[in-house]
Amino acid sequence: MGRRIYLDNNATTPCDPRVVDAMVPWFYKHPGNAASRNHPFGWEAEEAVDYAREQIANLLEVDSKEIIFTSGATESDNLALKGVYEMYARKGNHIITVKTEHKAVLDACAKIEKLGGQVTYLDVKEDGLIDLGELEAAITDKTILVSVMWANNETGVIQPMKAIGEICEKHGVLFFSDATQAVGKIPTLPKETGIHLMAFTGHKMYGPKGVGALFVNRKKPRVKVTAQMDGGGHERGMRSGTLNVPGIVGFGKAAEIAKAEMAQDAARLSVLRDKLQAALASQLEEVYINGNEEHRMPHVANISFKHVEGEGLMMMFNQEIAVSSGSACTSASLEPSYVLVALGLGDDLAHSSIRFSLGRFTTEEEIDYTVEQLKTGVNHMRDLSPIWEMYKEGVDLDKVVWAEH
Amino acid sequence: MAYSDKLMDHFKHPKNVGTLPKNSKQVGTGLVGAPECGDVMRLQIQVDEAGVIEDAKFKTFGCGSAIASSSLATEWLKGKSLDDAMAIDNMAIVEELALPPVKIHCSVLAEDAIKAAIKDYKAKNAIPA
Repeated sequence: MGRRIYLDNNATTPCDPRVVDAMVPWFYKHPGNAASRNHPFGWEAEEAVDYAREQIANLLEVDSKEIIFTSGATESDNLALKGVYEMYARKGNHIITVKTEHKAVLDACAKIEKLGGQVTYLDVKEDGLIDLGELEAAITDKTILVSVMWANNETGVIQPMKAIGEICEKHGVLFFSDATQAVGKIPTLPKETGIHLMAFTGHKMYGPKGVGALFVNRKKPRVKVTAQMDGGGHERGMRSGTLNVPGIVGFGKAAEIAKAEMAQDAARLSVLRDKLQAALASQLEEVYINGNEEHRMPHVANISFKHVEGEGLMMMFNQEIAVSSGSACTSASLEPSYVLVALGLGDDLAHSSIRFSLGRFTTEEEIDYTVEQLKTGVNHMRDLSPIWEMYKEGVDLDKVVWAEH
Repeated sequence: MAYSDKLMDHFKHPKNVGTLPKNSKQVGTGLVGAPECGDVMRLQIQVDEAGVIEDAKFKTFGCGSAIASSSLATEWLKGKSLDDAMAIDNMAIVEELALPPVKIHCSVLAEDAIKAAIKDYKAKNAIPA
């Protein structure tokens, strides 16, 4: 096996070794069920879960009773949306969300529509940000919930959370955020932001997979969600199921590390990300940065290399460098990323996009190597590309009559 | 999803990349696909006086499977009569490169490109299709 460089941290992060060390005893030495009330095995498991809940609450500056453990962000998204829809049915049936949300939100909303709910899907501007005026105009007397992700998984674009919170407050509407890509990487304080429910997960912040959480505001207002998983009434009745003690311990440790190191990680990674972006943009022609560059996660760059197909480009170096592409050539639909299309990118630029997401363990040397490999890859693909040749000859590609298939 | 060695070889070391003079009567050009669909294939044949394909070139914008399919197609075209070239079936490309099901459309595109190039050549030389 040759060298391997991981620049796909928005898909998942590696576990921090300190997280793994914290988890190990909870698999064997302390095997108890946190709901077992009659022996020390249960008591110590419950204590460990409570401690992790505190660590996570500390990161968000909330009360530990406001943290509901789940299996991950997808479950948290489902619990928040469907749980609020059921719980607040008497108040209204209208939810507002955004076209660039994660599928876990969009598909949960589609389900709610099938159940009789109404959902408004806001457009985004060319830079990926929503229009606050459009959001406010969409609120009706039937609106119960606004759902806006903190940071986008594909572009890293950060929405104006505080302003959205103020609009929700003004209209007495609950505010839910899928903050999966933001928690543990930038400050995400629901109380300061006016967020009532917030979904996030361990494996995007150097914790383990299979454990997530939903923040549910307890005071002013006291928010409740209808359970979507029925059983033993764990997690204050909102989410039944035996708690994943080792996973929760790891999640807690990851939150503690994030609180201590987030600022320095972000500062270091933004320098590396900017170096990567500047090198590619200056050393290759026709390079486009997707999404607002100012309101963006520090470790993410989504870049289109015009007239090069993203999946083919990745194949040039994917034995060594892991990234992802908005080209959906592997899917049967052949549709490119709906997120990039929502930003108004033509399908051709969406097909040409690569997402680089750096992480805590990314080194400068890896970035330098990646720049060299990308240059070689893009140049190879352009040598092969008939539309690059046509572009270079001055053919107006918009005027070509293509034989679409 | 791991690709076959043959596919990777055609992708990393594609055969017959280039451009033939498209205005020559000896040359037929097929341009299929669209940038919006994520693949565009341009395949060209050069036909000798005996009606045999003496050279073939391609350029492709697309994924690895699309590039490999067109590279393989140009290899197969050289030395074939127009009738034999017309008979190349996309499933033969699928088998040769072990394309996964989601990539079968790449082989279809290559077959379309071959047929479009032959059609262009015949039209230029007033040969009935």
